Amino acid sequence: MRTMNISKLILGIVAFLVAPIVVSAQQGESHIGKVSGHADAGRQLYFRYCWGCHGFRGDGNGENGQYLNILPRNFVAATFKCRSTPTGTLPTDQDLFNSLERGLINSNMPSWIELTDQNRADLVAFIKMFSPRWKTEKAGDPIPVPPEPKLTLESIKHGQQLFQKLECWKCHGQEGRGDGPSASTLTDSNDQPIRPYNFAAGSRFKCGTTNHDVYKIFMSGLDGTPMPSFADVVKPDEAWDLVHFLRTLQVAHKSPELTLWESTKEGAEQVALSKVKGTPTGSGVEQ
Amino acid sequence: MRATAGYVVGIAALAACAVIVHAGPSGGTVSGKVTYEGTPAKQKPIDMSKEPSCAKQHPTPITSETVVTGPSNALDNVVVYVSAGAPDESAPGQAAKFEQKGCQYIPHVLAFQVNQTLEISNADQTSHNIHPLPKVNREWNKSQPPGSAPIDEKYDKPEFIPVKCNIHPWMHGNFAVLKNSHYAVTEGEGGFSLADLPPGKYTITAWHESYGDQSQDVTISGNETKTVNFVFKAKPY
Repeated sequence: MRTMNISKLILGIVAFLVAPIVVSAQQGESHIGKVSGHADAGRQLYFRYCWGCHGFRGDGNGENGQYLNILPRNFVAATFKCRSTPTGTLPTDQDLFNSLERGLINSNMPSWIELTDQNRADLVAFIKMFSPRWKTEKAGDPIPVPPEPKLTLESIKHGQQLFQKLECWKCHGQEGRGDGPSASTLTDSNDQPIRPYNFAAGSRFKCGTTNHDVYKIFMSGLDGTPMPSFADVVKPDEAWDLVHFLRTLQVAHKSPELTLWESTKEGAEQVALSKVKGTPTGSGVEQ
Repeated sequence: MRATAGYVVGIAALAACAVIVHAGPSGGTVSGKVTYEGTPAKQKPIDMSKEPSCAKQHPTPITSETVVTGPSNALDNVVVYVSAGAPDESAPGQAAKFEQKGCQYIPHVLAFQVNQTLEISNADQTSHNIHPLPKVNREWNKSQPPGSAPIDEKYDKPEFIPVKCNIHPWMHGNFAVLKNSHYAVTEGEGGFSLADLPPGKYTITAWHESYGDQSQDVTISGNETKTVNFVFKAKPY
């Protein structure tokens, strides 16, 4: 009995001593796949590439920041748009790494693909130093994404019903053009006017290009923007139906979903009505 | 002699018991009224025509609620709380309820404690998204379609948090996340009462979403009631 108690005590002491090391290992370090980044190396890179927009305090108030339409991310607040984790939680290192690699479309954040993986990992480690939240909180648990089911017409039609039921059209509009009844009054969490995504204009989303990315966008929500998380109200298999339907709204981008949809009479009519002629951004459109 | 002594002791004992029994409210009370001086800005009527299911619940349009007043210059929706002098308390078991009804937040200001469960429900026929905008706590944003289950959340740091719905831009509310159970939100005549305060020196703070906050110090020595009044300067805009 006595030995058991003593070994428990020793275990407790060891755990107590190790715990701060584990937590502080999160701050100052990043782990993306096989690559480990370090904040010291990231600091050099940050002050070469990033601080002009994101500021020397990491709060988005760089000298260029004031001229940008979508303001640069405030790392001190640690509220990020592109995550695989639930709303209100911190992103994983992989999420931050992906944002660096991909950039954020329709914003001034470029793709940093010309930097090496090690560089990007180091930057992720340094960016995490700006907010005290990384000291006390772990990244959220990534949202489980089940494998994508086969694309069928039923899936698209069910997605269409979901689009109505969840009232996505209130902001995104019935054709997904970002012209819904509430669209003109939307402001982000910095009280800056912000527009909802226009499905008809492009092929890429703020946080990616694949169906998997779209799934994560509406299940995790884009924190800091009006786009909420639907994780509590959409079941995972229904979510894939919605993804398939959303692809049919992207009338300027050829996808298997759009092709399948256009093969039906109803789909072909809808797409023909909404398809803008001329450039995808709408100039030259015949009303 | 002995009998009289006995009587005296007996009566003294009874009196002592009476004092102990009547010390029911264990501590002092700080109460008072919150009023304003000057002319507050006119509240504008809200146009809900973009949401017909809510518009028809308000045959007379409701007005914005940035300044709500009561009779005799009373100022409502003021959170009066003990900001210093009382120890932090763990959260009570019951949830603080926040409702979306008629495209309005009810109550407009909800006060609750750190780590207390906040239960948000949607009684409307339209979707809302619940988007509190904290600066200290974590920011989240969730969609709540009609008929969906209440959303449970909590905050782990004290803060005054504005709440909005992005779909319906006229909806504004406030969360007051507080460290202890000594708080009240004024309504009607603007009165408040903070009871069960053990003897000590306290700072009482009154917070209003448009007029800022004010603090006053008060000392409680026993079971007395101390009066603390707050007067806010109204702004014409």
